[in-house]
Order: sequence, then structure tokens, then C-alpha cells
Amino acid sequence: MVRDRTFGSRLFDVLNITFLGLFALITIVPFIYIMAGSFATQKELLEKGFILFPTEFSLEAYNFIFSTSTLMRSMGVTIFITVAGTLINIVLTCLMAYPLARKDLDFRKPIQLMVIFTMLFSGGMIPTFIVVKELGMIDSYWSLLLPGAISAFNLIIIRSFFQQLPEGLEESAKIDGASDPGILMRIVIPLSMPAIATFSLFYAVGHWNTFFSAVLYINDAAKWPIQVLLRQIVILSQGGSLGDTTAFESDFVPPEQSVKMAVIVISTMPILVVYPFLQKHFAKGVLLGSVKG
Amino acid sequence: MNEDLAITRPSAIAGSHRKQMWRRLARNRWLYLMLLPGIVYFILFKYVPMYGVLLAFKNYQPFLGFLKSEWVGMEHFSRFFGDPLFWMLLKNTFILATYNILFFFPLPIIVALLLNELRKEVYKRFIQTLIYIPHFMSWVVIVSIAYLFFTTEGGLVNEGIAAMGGEKIQFLLDPGWFRTFITAEVIWKETGWGTIIFLAALAGVDTQLYEAARMDGANRFRQLWHITLPAIRSTIIILLILRLGNFLDTGFEQIWLMLNSLNREVGEVFDTYVYSTGISQGQYSYSTAVGLFKSIVGLILVFAANQLAKRFGEEGIL
Repeated sequence: MVRDRTFGSRLFDVLNITFLGLFALITIVPFIYIMAGSFATQKELLEKGFILFPTEFSLEAYNFIFSTSTLMRSMGVTIFITVAGTLINIVLTCLMAYPLARKDLDFRKPIQLMVIFTMLFSGGMIPTFIVVKELGMIDSYWSLLLPGAISAFNLIIIRSFFQQLPEGLEESAKIDGASDPGILMRIVIPLSMPAIATFSLFYAVGHWNTFFSAVLYINDAAKWPIQVLLRQIVILSQGGSLGDTTAFESDFVPPEQSVKMAVIVISTMPILVVYPFLQKHFAKGVLLGSVKG
Repeated sequence: MNEDLAITRPSAIAGSHRKQMWRRLARNRWLYLMLLPGIVYFILFKYVPMYGVLLAFKNYQPFLGFLKSEWVGMEHFSRFFGDPLFWMLLKNTFILATYNILFFFPLPIIVALLLNELRKEVYKRFIQTLIYIPHFMSWVVIVSIAYLFFTTEGGLVNEGIAAMGGEKIQFLLDPGWFRTFITAEVIWKETGWGTIIFLAALAGVDTQLYEAARMDGANRFRQLWHITLPAIRSTIIILLILRLGNFLDTGFEQIWLMLNSLNREVGEVFDTYVYSTGISQGQYSYSTAVGLFKSIVGLILVFAANQLAKRFGEEGIL
């Protein structure tokens, strides 16, 4: 768009591209290092320090991880809460957003106000914790699925999206005798698929990264999602949580660097794999929020 | 509902209004049924805990339950405000939030402006794709990576320092490094993603403005100053005000993960303190009082920020 070709302008272009390239490199190199390290032998990691490509390709770390049951179990937990949680989020959010998008509904305003107020003020960590506890959800997966079932913010945005759909469609469906649930299922949702897909992604990433609610509500290590296990292995270096403790007790060694790296790789892999394909949706979601939020 | 229009007798109007409403309620019964799960959710997980903040004025004993625990008035608050810890928490929160606004906030704007100056769309796309990635990683992953790089036990950075004959630095334990790490991690994780909103604002700028400016002999810097920056001015102001409204929110998960017994004096903030006194030590009422204090100050800040936005001629957020 800019067409001036002075020396200063070209110099700026060169510096600009160098700077941004460097910034992108700083962003991405740690990930590459972690990935390379996970395939390296402990010896090479120690000798060379920094490697972006291991000379001795080794699957040792992964073999070790997959030989223990803990990590696979945690992955299973995370996959389960991601799938179930996203489903609950989307169903509940859409169910509530649609009536709120209908301007002819009585009590629509007070209900909306009730939702919006929760974005400004909350009971906080402890009262919420006690509610979850009193509901008997401690150590149950429900504690990871239900307390965040609807995001007020997403709800309001989806409602706005529903409101923008042409009203004529609904009316003609009503004349044809469609019920409200029928209109939602057959007209509103199919037309809103791009927005719903975007919000599913945000919800799903949130569930994949579930961490603190599990720290709060899940005491049973067998039910830990992968993020909690990752903290144990890397940050607390309690390697004992990896694998069968009874088998480890006598000759326990803290996990090697490459094992820690492999755990990071495994716990981020699903996001990295889907990311390139879904990048556009993610960006779109933010703009959806910024325009109508 | 044509027959309703025929009613003209004044005495019948009130009754007919009610009748109309009932008719609408009945007709919309499916809609109310759809609302039901959501309303139950908000009441159960948002409004019951809000009611639960009354714990702050009680001495909650789990075996007595919420209702039977005795009222103690402002006791927990006076204990909290009288504790030197209160000032430590306030100071830590204030410093971390100020660091965030000073060192992180401007970066997405600068990077967005630079991305906007790239001539080739391909470069722009490619760089955007890369710099958005860390946003989708959890704080556990980000902090784990920081640990692997900076630990004294075989961490890359310290091995490098040692190889050059230097002395290893306790980056993760030394309180002096804590704030630097918190801020740097936020910069690394969120700068790229933060550009999106500014890039969207920039995409809306009329290209004719640039052409006209060039006709008048404006160079790129002047175009940036007189066209591009004014175009994103209101976005910057709104985001800054939003950030001020959330001033006390210093990124709980990240700080909690970076905390250890050696850096508490600089790292403990309101949220982490609520966790350690409430969940770890079981002082439910006291920690609820701390949390309530933070929520109320937060609410006031949001309203103040909103007023400020209106003062700047922006639409406001509420």
C-alpha cells in the first residue's frame, strides 16, 4: 500500500522485517528446543546444552512415559473433560442464548442483567469452593465440568450473533408450524455454525488447559488432568508421581530432562496439531467479541 | 392477537394486560424451558457463592454449616487490615500490575504497528501465525518451559553461564528475579495475541487517507503519526481503561505456579493469599473476607474506569 522508495523507507523495511522475524523466532525457538530435547539422549543434552536437532535420535523418553500408566491415564482424563466439557458448554450456552435473543420474551432484560452482573462481581474462590464441596463434587469430574459450564461473556456474544440473523427466517418457519426448539435446531444453529465452531474451540482449549480447578477440586491423583501432572513432573520435580510408585520406591530417580520435555510435548501436541488449521477461527472469535462485546 | 385490540373498556385494560402476558408466557413456554438450565447454572454457581460471601462476617465451622456458624461482624476484616501482610499484598499487587502496564501493555501496539507496515501479506500472515501460538498454551506449560531453561540443575541458561565461567544464578528462587520473570513470561505469551485487536482496528483505516497524505508529501513516519495512530487511539484508550479496571487481577495461575517458599515476600498477591489461607489452611471465613475485599475494590475500579472512558468521549463498557 505504501509506495515510497526512499533509502530511509527501505532501511526501515529491512529493520522491521528483521525485528519481527526475531520476535517470531524468540516465540517459537523454546518450543522447538523442548521438542528436540525430548528426542535427544540425556548424554547429548548435557554435553551440547542447546540443540535444535538431535544427532542421536532417541525415543527413550517416550518409551519411558508410555511404559508408565500415570501419564496415559491423565491424558485420558483431559481428553474426556475436553470432549464432555465442550459439549456441555455449547449446549447450555446455545440453549440460553436463543431465548435471550428473542425480543418478544418477557423477563428477558432482568435475566440478561443477572448474567452480566456475574462478569463484574463474583463470590470468589472460597465460597465457590464450598458450594462445589457441598454439592459433593470433590474428586468428581463434575467439579471440572459444571462450575464453568457457561461463560457469561461467550453467552452474550452468541446471543448477539443470534440476534443478527434475519427475523424473516424464523417467522416463516413459525408459519410452517415449527416449534421454538425446532427453529433453534434447524434454522438458528445451522446458520450460526461459524460462530459456534469458534466458541467450541475457545471452550475446548480452556478445558485442555484445565489446571487450577483440578488443583482445587481433585485430590485423587488418579483423576488428575494432564496439566496438574505436568506441574508435578516439571515444576515440583516429584518424579514419583510418574509411574507406579511401588515399583519405583527402591531405586527412584527423578525424571531426566528429556522426559520432562517429552511430557511438555505430549501435553501441548493436540493444540499444536490443530492450531494451524484453526488459526483463522481463533482470530475471528476475538473480533466477534470486540465488535459486539 | 387481533381480538385484544378490540378491547376498549378502561376497566378491562389492566386485566387484559395480565391475560396477554400469561398468553405470551404460555406461548413461549419452550423458550423458558430452554432458559431453565442456564438460570439454574447461574444461580447455583454464581449467585449462591455471592450469597456465600456472608461467610466473611461469620466464623464458619464446616461441621456447623453455613447457617449455624456464629456472626462475628467485621472481625476478619480488622484482622486483615491490621496485619502487615496486607501492605505486603497491596504492594506486590501494585508493583506487578504497574510492571504489566508499563512493560507489557505498549508491546502489542508496537508489534501491530510494525506488522501493519510489512509490505508483503505473506510475511505478515506467517509471523502472525507464529506469534499467536503461546497464547494457547496453559500457564503450566509456559512456566514449565521457563523452569527447564532457567533451573540451576541442568537448565540451558545456567549451563551457558557456567560454561563461560560465570556463577550459576538462582533465577527461580531469588526474590530479585521474580517480578522480571512474571512480566517477561506475560510478554512472551501474550504480546502476539494482543496484536489482533489493534490489527483489526488498523484494517478498517481507509487507504485513501494514505494516498492523500502521500500526495501532500508525508513520509511513512508522518503517515503513521497522523493517520495510523489516531485510527487506533480509541482502541488503545478503551483497552488501557479496561486494564485499569482489572488492575488487581495479576494473573493468578501464573503467579501461583511461580511462587515458592523463597519468593513469597515479593510474589504473594491477594488471590494467592486467599488460596493459601483458605484452601491450604482451612481458614474459610478469613480468606473469604480477603477475597471479598478484593472483589469490591475490583468492582469500584471497573465502574471508575467506565466513567473515565465516558470522560474520554468513548462509549464506555457498561
